[in-house]
Amino acid sequence: MSFVEYSDFIQDGDVAIIYLSHNNVMPVKVQQGAQTQTRYGVIRHSTDLIGQRYGSKVTCSKGWFHVLHPTPELWTVALPHRTQILYTTDIAFITMMLELKPGSIVCESGTGSGSLSHAILRTIAPTGHLHTVEFHQQRAEKVAEEFKEHRVDHLVTVRNQDVCKDGFGVTGVADAVFLDIPRPWDAVGHAKVAMKKHGGRLCSFSPCIEQVQKTCEALQDQGFEDISTTEVLLREYDVRTVSLPLPDFGPDPETTEEATPAAPPNHASISLKTTTLPREMPGHTGYLTFATKPRT
Amino acid sequence: MSFVMADNGDDDNQYRIKEGDYVVLKRGEIFKAVQIQPRKKVIFEKQWIFLDNAVGQLYSTTFEILSGGNLKPHELKDTASPLDAVEAGTDNRNIVDDGKSQKLTRDDIEALKEKGLKGQDIIKKLVDNHATFGDKTEYSQVKYIKKKKKKYENTVMILKPSCRILAMMYHGREPGKICHLRYDTLAQMLTLANIHAGSKVLVFETCAGLVLGSIMERMGGYGSVIQMYPGGGPVRAGVENFGFPAHFHDTLHEFPICHVNALLAGTLDTSAKDPTAENTHEKQLNLAAEKKQNQPEAEEQGTPEEESMVTNTGDDAGQDVEKTEKDKLKEAKAQVKKLRLEEKQRKLAATAALLKGRNADGLVISSRFHPCPVLLGLLKFLSPSRPFVVYSQYIEPLIECFKKLKECGGTVNLRLTDTWLRHYQVLPDRTHPLLLMSGGGGYLLSGTTVATDHSKPAGSKQAEEPAPKRQKLEDTEG
Repeated sequence: MSFVEYSDFIQDGDVAIIYLSHNNVMPVKVQQGAQTQTRYGVIRHSTDLIGQRYGSKVTCSKGWFHVLHPTPELWTVALPHRTQILYTTDIAFITMMLELKPGSIVCESGTGSGSLSHAILRTIAPTGHLHTVEFHQQRAEKVAEEFKEHRVDHLVTVRNQDVCKDGFGVTGVADAVFLDIPRPWDAVGHAKVAMKKHGGRLCSFSPCIEQVQKTCEALQDQGFEDISTTEVLLREYDVRTVSLPLPDFGPDPETTEEATPAAPPNHASISLKTTTLPREMPGHTGYLTFATKPRT
Repeated sequence: MSFVMADNGDDDNQYRIKEGDYVVLKRGEIFKAVQIQPRKKVIFEKQWIFLDNAVGQLYSTTFEILSGGNLKPHELKDTASPLDAVEAGTDNRNIVDDGKSQKLTRDDIEALKEKGLKGQDIIKKLVDNHATFGDKTEYSQVKYIKKKKKKYENTVMILKPSCRILAMMYHGREPGKICHLRYDTLAQMLTLANIHAGSKVLVFETCAGLVLGSIMERMGGYGSVIQMYPGGGPVRAGVENFGFPAHFHDTLHEFPICHVNALLAGTLDTSAKDPTAENTHEKQLNLAAEKKQNQPEAEEQGTPEEESMVTNTGDDAGQDVEKTEKDKLKEAKAQVKKLRLEEKQRKLAATAALLKGRNADGLVISSRFHPCPVLLGLLKFLSPSRPFVVYSQYIEPLIECFKKLKECGGTVNLRLTDTWLRHYQVLPDRTHPLLLMSGGGGYLLSGTTVATDHSKPAGSKQAEEPAPKRQKLEDTEG
């Protein structure tokens, strides 16, 4: 198991994802002899997990669930939050707009809970590298630990420093830079330094429009091009079968006996497969500003 | 003519435009994918261009289009902005739109263009000849200039292709060719399907190869991509536009869906003559070739290749041995076709071997075909605990897929989604969303496979949530 390579069977030391239900997903560190409590009962790692296929069904005393191979997308919904995180919708858009692919060298700050970091690592493996900067010491240590557990530490360097003061710790190597910090305009200059001479792509994520304005101005001043700001939102549809009753206007005087075999009196409704939208949906995560660094 | 740049020799080489490269031309928000070919006329935004002068220049260079169609690297001149030393008004209360503000006529402007005046200078002339330019507010003046720049600037930028650029291009230019797949929806697909280097991905698409190419880009030449195709052959013209290095194509395989059932049943005979040679021309040549083979042995000596399908009966020993040049050519052609068919057979067998294990890591479907049967048919090739994503321009077919999958079991985490995309203009005191936004970008159904449970009957009531949360058997919710 690793977050950048699939395997078929669960082994001691793996991080597996327990899928209990649609919005109930939890990570589990697989260990010989260990046990994990769930709402459906106890999971005994040695018998229920180790040696089983990823995707298998595990039955407990009060119910059952499936155990899945970790992916960055599952990790995003399962990981323990230390900060507000980026969700898959934004992550997917960022990945494409920054043109990430195997071999890309990426700089990121702040690392936060590592949600985006894992997605980046999956995309740039096996030949790329991620330089990620986090100014909070415990968060930096925690995320470094996770990278190791997830067997991706060879692809990433975590630096505990302030990107606005000390930059990313590298010069002229990055194909892409991502900023998710309170004052991104203070880091634009450092981003430029970290990026390749030939150019690259930059993205800044900010919840507030004022931050976006200041960042765009800084990007312009620093000579970035193609500056554009977008937001992307996810709508999830709930699929269900509904039954719509039909009105009874009384017996139709114009019809004869033979003409109405189709609607016997007791089937006074029509069933249809349709979708409904949730009462509330996420309306805003943040604005995404993209730009291209030209050759310098 | 070119300006001095820090010379980095080899390092720069990969960033230089070469003959034969697939590139993307860009002006503003308009993109077009073309191949750099010598002395080839290319049309872009109603202009004819020759790309010869681009060879040797760096990617992302902006070029001016000279009269005649040749390119010249655009030099940023330090000319005074047309706004310098121009006064501005405070609002538009006294500005009357009578259409008479611009003194230059259309003909005047054409004459200027013909004289060879640069875009920047035309704009300056327009400003100078505008009666009420000085009454406009500063913001209005900037907006005016921006608009004129878009119209009169005669430049084009040459870009290296990427999924982002090509997806935006197709969506802007020819959305019908890609089932109206908007680029952010494509972005979701690539991530939800966990496309990454080293995996084995199945693709079924009728999006001109854009989806296939995007997947290949994210795999970086590692692993394998198997294109399942309907009809006679895989359509992947769009893949060329990505300009992948040759070795990427070694990871690309194809398999005709008309053989899927046979493969699943274990009855696919990959050693027999290729039954998918639907190309009737090929068939005719084969027949002609076989006919020739039935003639006297003497005629065989001209052909060096051994053929397993050749049966030389030597029945017609009495026939005329003399071979015309035309016959020899026909035979040679037929042999080439035969070899090609054999190669196709070999590839088919190799791809069938990749599929037989039913251990693919991901499935992406994006076509004009009804997705339900495609999905149900191809899911069988995935290992358990692997993602799949289905795109459809319409939501109803995905509703059906969703229902079917719930009935059959074998999948979890099913989600039916679409994304909403909005762009912003960000300028000091003028920040707002853009006036127009995309109406729709299609829908996605995504999920993860799980080990199929053979102990329970299909459609068991313990569908996905064994917890007290009941399956919705009633109609509308409270």
